[in-house]
Amino acid sequence: MDWVALLIKILVIAVLVPVSAMITGFAFLKILAHMQSRLGPMEAGRFHGWAQLLADGLKFIQKEDIIPTNADRWVFALAPGVVLMSVVLVFITIPFSPVLEVVNLDSQIFVFLAVSSIGAIGVLMAGWSSANKYSLIGGFRAAGQLIAYELPLVLAVVGVVMQAGTMSLQGIVSAQSQFELFGTGIVVPYFVPQILGFVIFIVACQAELAQAPFDMPFAESELVSGFATEYSGFRYLFFFMAEFASNFALAAIAATLFLGGYWIPFVSPEMLKYIGPFVLAVKIALLVFIFLWLRSTYPRLREDQLQRFAWMYLIPLSLVNIALTGVFKVVTV
Amino acid sequence: MTQAQDLEQGAPGAESEPHEGTGASNKTLKYGSPAHPARIKGLFTGLWVTLRTMLSRSQVVQYPHVKETPHPRARGVIGLQEENCTVCMLCARECPDWCIYIEGHQEKRPPRHEGGKPRQVNILNRFDIDYALCMYCGICVDVCPFDALHWSPEYEYSELGISDLLHDKDRLGEWDSTKPKLPAYEAGSTMKAPK
Repeated sequence: MDWVALLIKILVIAVLVPVSAMITGFAFLKILAHMQSRLGPMEAGRFHGWAQLLADGLKFIQKEDIIPTNADRWVFALAPGVVLMSVVLVFITIPFSPVLEVVNLDSQIFVFLAVSSIGAIGVLMAGWSSANKYSLIGGFRAAGQLIAYELPLVLAVVGVVMQAGTMSLQGIVSAQSQFELFGTGIVVPYFVPQILGFVIFIVACQAELAQAPFDMPFAESELVSGFATEYSGFRYLFFFMAEFASNFALAAIAATLFLGGYWIPFVSPEMLKYIGPFVLAVKIALLVFIFLWLRSTYPRLREDQLQRFAWMYLIPLSLVNIALTGVFKVVTV
Repeated sequence: MTQAQDLEQGAPGAESEPHEGTGASNKTLKYGSPAHPARIKGLFTGLWVTLRTMLSRSQVVQYPHVKETPHPRARGVIGLQEENCTVCMLCARECPDWCIYIEGHQEKRPPRHEGGKPRQVNILNRFDIDYALCMYCGICVDVCPFDALHWSPEYEYSELGISDLLHDKDRLGEWDSTKPKLPAYEAGSTMKAPK
C-alpha cells in the first residue's frame, strides 16, 4: 500500500501548488489594488473577479511558446521547470497537522533550506540562456540576492533550531506548544522569544521572493522583467506560479517556525489532527498579508543598498540573535 | 551598531540632504543612514498609510456599470450652437492642428427696412470637428466672437474607427444641448435684448 500513499501525496502536492499559487496570486492582486485605492479584478467570474487567475492561466497556456533564436534552447526550456520544482520541493517539507505531512525527517528544516536554494540555479539558468542583456543582468542580480539573503534566512532558522533543540519541523511545533515564557506558565510560540529572528526571517523571505522592496531581479522600470523577459506562454506561467506558490510556501514555513504551525492553545492533540490544516491556513494567510503589505508599501532599493543591507545589517543582527538565543538557553535551563 | 555606515554613500546628492530635526542626540547619524530614527519612523508611517488606504473605500468606480457625473464645467467635448455661427472661420484658422472644417455660402435676404438693400447672410453648410486630431485646447471656444462654440461635459463618444471621430454639426449641436446653463445675471444688470 506504500505506492498508493505515495500516489495520493503526489496528487495532493500537484494540486496544492497551483491552487495555493492562484489563491496567493489573487490575494496579491486584490490587496495591492486596495492599498492603492483601486478595486483590482472585478469582471472575471462575476463576483469580485474571483476567476481572474483561472482566465490568466488559460490565456498563458494558449499563448505561443517563443524561444529566442540565440537562446540556449535546452537551458532556456528547462529553467522555469527548475524554479517550479524548487517550490514543489519546499511544499513537501511543510507539516500540515501532526499526521498530515509528506515527509517526516529529523533534519526537515535543513531539507527546506537546501531545496529552497535550487530556485537560484533556475533563475541563473533563465538569465544566462535568454541571450538578452536584461535577462542576464536580472539573473545575476537574482543570484546575488538569493545568495546574500539565504544567509540571514539560515541564521534566523538557527536561532529557532537552538531554542527548540531539534531540526525536525514536527519537533519545532511540539517544542513551541510546550514553551513557557520565563516559567510563567503562559505558552507562547517562538515569535515572542525569537522576535529578532522572526523579523530577520520575514525580511529575508521578502528578498528570497524577490518582492518589493527587494525586486531588483525584475525591476520592471529598468530591466523590463529581469530574467523572465524572454519568456512567454506556459513557461512564463511556471515562473508566475513559482513566485506565488513560494510566497505561500515560505509563509507556511515561517508560520511553522515562529507562529506555532498547526498548533493552537487549548486544543487537544487529537483535535489538532483535524483542525491543524485550517489553523495553519489562517497563519499562512496572516503572513502572506504581511508579505504583500510590505511589498505594496516600500519602494525598490538600489542594488548596492540591497547587498549592503544584507551583509552589514541583517547578517550581523542574525549572529547577535544566535548569541542571545544561546545565552538565553543556557540561563533558563 | 554600524551607525557610521551610510546607505546613500553612492548617491552624490545624499550629503546635501537637509538634516531633519529629530533630536540632537543623532548628530553622528546622518539622515541617509537607515538606522536614523526618522527613517525607522518613516517605515511604519508608510505601513500605516497603505493599511489605512486598504481599509477605506477605494476611489474608483466600475465605469461601464457605474458612471460618474462629470463636473458641469468639465471640458469633455466641444458643442456647436449652430444659429450663432456666422461662418467667420476664426475658429478654423486659430485651431492649432486644423481639425475644424467649415463650409458655407452667402444668401440674399429681404432688407430690414422698407426700400433698403437686400441683406447678405452667411449660411453654414458644414461644420465638422475631427476629434481624432483635436487636442482640447479650447482656443476655438475662446476666439468665437458670437459664442457659437461651448464646452460640454459629455465624454462618451469613443468610436471603433479613427475616421468615425469626425463629427458633423448635427452631432455637435446635440452636445451643445448638454452644456451647462449660464448663471443668472447679477441683480441690477440687464440682459442685452435680442435683435
